[in-house]
Amino acid sequence: MTAGIVSYGAYIPIYRLSQAELAKVWGGRERPGEKAVANVDEDSITMAVEAALDCIGNMDRNLIDRVYFASTTAPYTEKQNASLVAAALDLRNDIMTLDSANSLRGGTIALQAALDAVNAGSAKKVLVVASDCRVPPPDSAFESVLGDGAAAFLIGDSDIIAEIEGSYMTSSENLSVWRRRSDTYVQTWEDRFIKEAIYTPQLEDAVSGLLKKYNVNLADFAKVAFYGSNAREHAASARALKLDKTQVQNPLFDKVGNTGSAFVPMMLVGALEEAKPGDKILTVNFSDGADAYALKTTAGIEGVKDKRGIKRHLDSKLMLPNYGRYIHYRDLMEWEVNRMHPLEGSLNIIWRESKAIIRGNGTRCRKCGHVQLPPQRICMWCQAKDEFDYVRVSDKQGELFTYSIDERGAGVIDLPNVLSVINLDGGGRYYGQMTDKVLDKLGVGIRMEFTFRKFHEQGGFVNYFWKSRPIRC
Amino acid sequence: MPGTIKDKVAIIGMGCTQFGELWDKDVDDLIIEATYEALEDAGVEIKDIEAAWFGTMASGVTGAALAAPLKLNYIPVTHVENACGTGAETLRGPAFAIAAGVYDICLSVGVEKMKDTGYGGLHTLRLQSDKWHPIYVGGGTGPGRYALAATRYFSKYGLSPEEGKRMLAKISVKSHHNGARNPKAHLRIEVTEEQVINAPMIAWPLGLYDCCGVTDGASAAVLCRADMAKNFRDDYITIKGSGISVGPSWGKQKEDYDYTFWPETEAACKQAYEMAGIKNPRKELDMAELHDCFSIAEAIATESAGISERGRVKEDVDAGVFTQEGEIPINISGGLKSFGHPIGASGGREVYEFYKQFQGKAEDPSRQLKNVRLGLAHNQGGHPGRFQCGVTIIGAP
Repeated sequence: MTAGIVSYGAYIPIYRLSQAELAKVWGGRERPGEKAVANVDEDSITMAVEAALDCIGNMDRNLIDRVYFASTTAPYTEKQNASLVAAALDLRNDIMTLDSANSLRGGTIALQAALDAVNAGSAKKVLVVASDCRVPPPDSAFESVLGDGAAAFLIGDSDIIAEIEGSYMTSSENLSVWRRRSDTYVQTWEDRFIKEAIYTPQLEDAVSGLLKKYNVNLADFAKVAFYGSNAREHAASARALKLDKTQVQNPLFDKVGNTGSAFVPMMLVGALEEAKPGDKILTVNFSDGADAYALKTTAGIEGVKDKRGIKRHLDSKLMLPNYGRYIHYRDLMEWEVNRMHPLEGSLNIIWRESKAIIRGNGTRCRKCGHVQLPPQRICMWCQAKDEFDYVRVSDKQGELFTYSIDERGAGVIDLPNVLSVINLDGGGRYYGQMTDKVLDKLGVGIRMEFTFRKFHEQGGFVNYFWKSRPIRC
Repeated sequence: MPGTIKDKVAIIGMGCTQFGELWDKDVDDLIIEATYEALEDAGVEIKDIEAAWFGTMASGVTGAALAAPLKLNYIPVTHVENACGTGAETLRGPAFAIAAGVYDICLSVGVEKMKDTGYGGLHTLRLQSDKWHPIYVGGGTGPGRYALAATRYFSKYGLSPEEGKRMLAKISVKSHHNGARNPKAHLRIEVTEEQVINAPMIAWPLGLYDCCGVTDGASAAVLCRADMAKNFRDDYITIKGSGISVGPSWGKQKEDYDYTFWPETEAACKQAYEMAGIKNPRKELDMAELHDCFSIAEAIATESAGISERGRVKEDVDAGVFTQEGEIPINISGGLKSFGHPIGASGGREVYEFYKQFQGKAEDPSRQLKNVRLGLAHNQGGHPGRFQCGVTIIGAP
């Protein structure tokens, strides 16, 4: 095998809901910790874009020739989601994009497909992104466990930071967690049955299958990142596999939660962040069968420690003040009708201006070099007409020039609406909504960046756009 | 070389409805009331009107929205719109047509029925001309957009939030003091600085009393050739100058635009001052009605109109320069802040205030200014970075 991991990235939303808040609302025993909750303007697409950007960093995006997007909560069930991720990343058009849907193993299955594509020589660089934002039923065991997040890997055959020493995969027809087309919430069955009859045997089978296939020992692995639907199940598996405590990659149930198809991939990112060159890592994922990968880091691992990844995202957080805010974010109730005129959705406009709206491009004047956004046909500096090139601005940072904190922002669920004016490094000015607002840190001159977010769903489709935010971490 | 309309056009009659939340009146009622007050004031009848201009942003489309309620008789009617600066346009059309010698007597009517929406605040608008619609405008409101200017003004001139808010509070206290004594005003209440500063936040740093009301109302004017004005009345006024400046909207995109100064106001004032022959507005003007949809808007407009020096309006506010007794009273009507702001009606309403003050007919004697000979009406649509500004200079013949 020559294909391996070239880079990695992850994303954890800034908001956390404490278990104490859940206990306050529903009663019962208060658990320690918290879980990660996507902001009102986030979904599995926007989180995937974040993780992918963390993964690709400053590399030439034209080198990427495939995007595999894994999620059980993609916003579209008819219409590809990977193409949207690829467009937001401003990638080339002559690439292949693919959704790996429905299974909690979607991320690790897509990883194998990416390795196969590179090994077969049909792709040089494949971006694999797993992202999930599953909505648990209120007042359920799931509610304290499910969290939101994303992870991304760039697979290629050069500049490898982690080699894939081997993989093993099974398929099994059974139900452990599922949603039918008509279900809003995740369903499951008696937990002991799932654990004893399905989860544990399949997990152990994948581990032993891999060990036998490649003639390696479990003790060889510095870290094992394996699936467990909750903290108790995960701990029981660690005992059953006779893992040393130091071998168990922290599943972060008390900080992030079970992030679905992104869960094991995020654990792998966590392991890579801590890894030294030559460390062996084992991943084991479960759902509709199981899979296991044996990885070994190279000296290159030291060169990718600049990622936000898991650690830096974990440290950057805002606590949700209450459960009410959470149900607003997940839209779990019927709300008072907003009688203000809703914003309109127009596919025509999104199509016409997708270079700006989705791809995050402005224009640069060929005559005077000034950057302007949104794209302008007549240069506002030198009046040159139709003398411009598109230039990506979504990856620029800048300085907050002025702002307002609007308690009455029209059509904005998450008030106050912070309107921001940002002067970008290298020129250009952004005027628009700020998100992930740390209100007490706002001030003229603070450093800002862009993030791809959901605006509204008028027109029956999701309207995405780039918002500003204080540099996250 | 631009010419001037100075003293070529007279205003011989004006009308203005009660401003407020007029639940029992529709657009047609407002048009009819303002128009008939103006007609009766001028002593002319509908049949004497040769052409009409109709200003509204969202309370009607086409000239028919004016012709229908007034039963105009197949005359030219022009609908003009420049958002909150519509009123200045509504006067400029007939003034220029009369100055061109095309008509003798014209009608100008501005109206807005804001309170049929079912919610407080301004209704959101379709802004098809703005790029990135329908998401670029997402969440944008008047207060949110004007507050950008306040934040930047405080930062640029080194005002702490407390100092900045107190400066703005003094402006609002003055507007309410004036408006409280104006019978046709919408918000006829006095407020204190502490009330303004401690009011609920609308869009930081602008609180409730930094923002104008959402108001129904209409204003109207009858204009004629200046040389025939004496046939109607002795105390008519003439238009001395008129300027309009529509900015290229690049304040939202061009990084050297700094939000603490309104270039459109400066440009429109320059046009109007040149026509009127005004060299020193602060010394020459007897009063000014400035577009104060927000307290910060009055502060910055005062500087942009050349009445205060840049960055120095606070000193003038502290010194009471703009109060009724001050060097140059600003918004003696109560302004948009207290009198109210029915979008299409405000530009005409500002001129109405000068007209009544000039005639000595301010409706409460306590707010009658003395020796009013020259005034300015500043009317502005859009928001910082994307303004449409109209300035009308009016005065004694």
